[in-house]
Amino acid sequence: MTGQLPVLQVAVPLLCAPLCVLLRSRFVAWLLFLAASLTSLTCAVWLAERVDRTGALRYAMGDWQAPYGIEFVVNGFNTPVLLLVSLSAVVAAVYSRRSVAAELDDRRVPLLYACLCLALAGLLGLSITGDVFNAFVFLEISSLSTYTMIAMGRRRQALLASFRYLVIGTIGATFLLIGIGLAYAVTGTLNMADLAQRLTGSHDNRALQAAVVFVFVGLAVKMAVFPLHAWLPAAYGEAPSAVSTFVAATGTKVAIYVFCRFAFTVFGASLVFGAMPVDRIGLLLACLGILAGSAAACFQDDLRYVLAWSSVAQVGYIVAGVSLATTAGVSGAYLHMIMHSVTKAALFAIAGVLLLRLGSVRLADLAGLGRRMPWTFAAFVVAGLGLVGVPPTAGFASKWALVTALVERDQWPVLVAMLAGSLLALVYVGRVIEVAWFREPPDGADPLRPPASMVAAIWFLVLLSLYFGIDASLPAHLADAAAAALLGKGGG
Amino acid sequence: MTTTFTLINVSLLAILTATAVTITRLRALYEATMLAALFSLVTACLFVLLDAVDVAFTEAAVGVGISTVLLLGVLALTRSSESVTPRRRRLPGAIAVLLVGGTLGYASLDLPEFGSADSPVQRHPVTEVYLHQSQEDIGIPNTVTSVLASYRGLDTLGELVVVFTAGLAVLSLLGPLARPERTRPTADFHLADYRVIRVVSGALMPFILLFALYVLFHGDYGPGGGFQAGVIFASGFVLYGLVFGLDRAQRVVPRAALWLLVSLGLLLYIGLGVTTMLLGGSFLDYDVLASDPDTGQHLGILVVETAIGITVASVMTTIFFGFAGRGVAR
Repeated sequence: MTGQLPVLQVAVPLLCAPLCVLLRSRFVAWLLFLAASLTSLTCAVWLAERVDRTGALRYAMGDWQAPYGIEFVVNGFNTPVLLLVSLSAVVAAVYSRRSVAAELDDRRVPLLYACLCLALAGLLGLSITGDVFNAFVFLEISSLSTYTMIAMGRRRQALLASFRYLVIGTIGATFLLIGIGLAYAVTGTLNMADLAQRLTGSHDNRALQAAVVFVFVGLAVKMAVFPLHAWLPAAYGEAPSAVSTFVAATGTKVAIYVFCRFAFTVFGASLVFGAMPVDRIGLLLACLGILAGSAAACFQDDLRYVLAWSSVAQVGYIVAGVSLATTAGVSGAYLHMIMHSVTKAALFAIAGVLLLRLGSVRLADLAGLGRRMPWTFAAFVVAGLGLVGVPPTAGFASKWALVTALVERDQWPVLVAMLAGSLLALVYVGRVIEVAWFREPPDGADPLRPPASMVAAIWFLVLLSLYFGIDASLPAHLADAAAAALLGKGGG
Repeated sequence: MTTTFTLINVSLLAILTATAVTITRLRALYEATMLAALFSLVTACLFVLLDAVDVAFTEAAVGVGISTVLLLGVLALTRSSESVTPRRRRLPGAIAVLLVGGTLGYASLDLPEFGSADSPVQRHPVTEVYLHQSQEDIGIPNTVTSVLASYRGLDTLGELVVVFTAGLAVLSLLGPLARPERTRPTADFHLADYRVIRVVSGALMPFILLFALYVLFHGDYGPGGGFQAGVIFASGFVLYGLVFGLDRAQRVVPRAALWLLVSLGLLLYIGLGVTTMLLGGSFLDYDVLASDPDTGQHLGILVVETAIGITVASVMTTIFFGFAGRGVAR
């Protein structure tokens, strides 16, 4: 049965989605989502351990060997992503029980869980597949379910946020499809390994160059790379809390993984970073994204929008690492991907608790929070410092890895942008802390107790980020293995 | 022969371009919707010329049929003319369109010749396997169905999940769940009052549904399959709903039944994959379903097509009810 693990990883959440709709009970739907995410996590851990010992695993769908059929590939480059997505799903499942019940009306709750299952299946499938068209299909599944979940937010603005994301995201997905179509026309295959093999040495094929442009612009939308980030702040800011916790931790990260997969193991680094200037464009956009995202975060007056804009900046850090196209750079990018996921998921989870107890997360309404909810506030401080990158938090370890990689390649301007970004992060995190700690709470405000399950989810993430900050050997090992798998051999 | 072929292709392409340009210039949305249907129809004709009859069939059923009806349903809920975008705000869009067009033009310089028998796609062993080996592997005359349901069965499952997700989205945002049920005023105007429409659509119903079943089961031998069949099946209900009113249509297919069917089709497909795994094969390896691999493949493909038909038909009907129900409630 262990041979079936790669497909179980995706099939179990996929199976749970229609069951949620069919059974129509809030509790059963939640249980199904929890079961799906736990199964996925088990599979992911098992797979990671197997890959670490014996190398890449391949699974031929329907027993049709690639390139005739679709194959799933598990290798060093996607095990961290699988672990990250399924772990985030487990945390979101624990967190969502109370949060979703409070934010949505009863009859829509099973549908939300169905969409969560679908998003989980889509993101996992996108990470595990070894076929470019299959990747597009899974991207569609994850995107469509995410649009739906965002639209279920409590405010009317959620509908508009979802619609904007839908339009921009669909254009991005179409670009990806056009790129895949062009690559197919040039090679006659959709399998990633086969594509890589047939594409070597055709650097001056103009159709192929156009394919690279379409695929990367399409993915840049999904990654929320500046200046294609416009959908992100409202989407994260208006979604139900459990959804923004899950999606902020995983959505853009999986897109970044797919970017790496295409760049290094399909088109090949010599075409993407040698013949075409993707690395220089990437570094430039990363710098702009870091500065613009961080600056915009300082001017928001809603906590969730502060966090969302900060995500735009953090994507910049990761893109900078990938664009270096060195082992150190890619490893640093993966490390920051993991660290930022944990930190940002914790922060959005905290915002959800505040929303539940205070009814609003506008900065002005957070006054005196430090005294009303001291433990939640403490969690916010720890996670917030992780965002800034203060030692010994998670953000420090990954930013340090990125800085070393940048220095290695003498990318001083990027380094300056990164430093400025971190200082700006200090400003926007500081603003929140200032309001919450130094302002007086409104008269007659009692201490508030958040629900235990949500507190458990938050503190799990916060302690995990602290642990990774102090002892980064596990994520660093995963990130190194990922970089080695991506840069080591072309086929994947 | 070749000249005629080129001539037809060129004129169809000209119509396509003209339609697209007209749609962008139109402000009246009813007209734009109708032209969008024309656009799909011309595309379907082009697909036929390219010998992609299955794709043409889908395009005709989905693009011309059901999506036009759904777009009209949306227009009934909103304004029917588009507000004018200020000239300033049109500029970024124009630049983006020019860039995309330019890149596509640039790409076409190195694409294989149109209709070339020597293109990479034709020379790749995958094409050979799909066209010839599939007769031995699967034994179905229509290779499109073999590729769709067996070789690339996971993609088809994924597409079905996409349809399912769309159904969920409409259910949760537009359906009765979005707002409490209100008592609807009975419409004072029914298409059913017109005798010709009533009799003709009533008489057509059994044929539409029968044709859908034919398309479903004939997918192994000719163009057709679950997606087209599902859409045709749904169009029968849509026609019924349009003529006899939403209430009577919902008496024929109650909401609860739709809710059940939407998930049932998908469950059937995934269940098939799980079954093949339990029988010792890979996910969606139909060989293990019967003692003889060919029979197994036939059985598997039949289940897949049925599953697709069920979910597509019920999702399309759900979407139509979702839109139409809102219109009545307002």
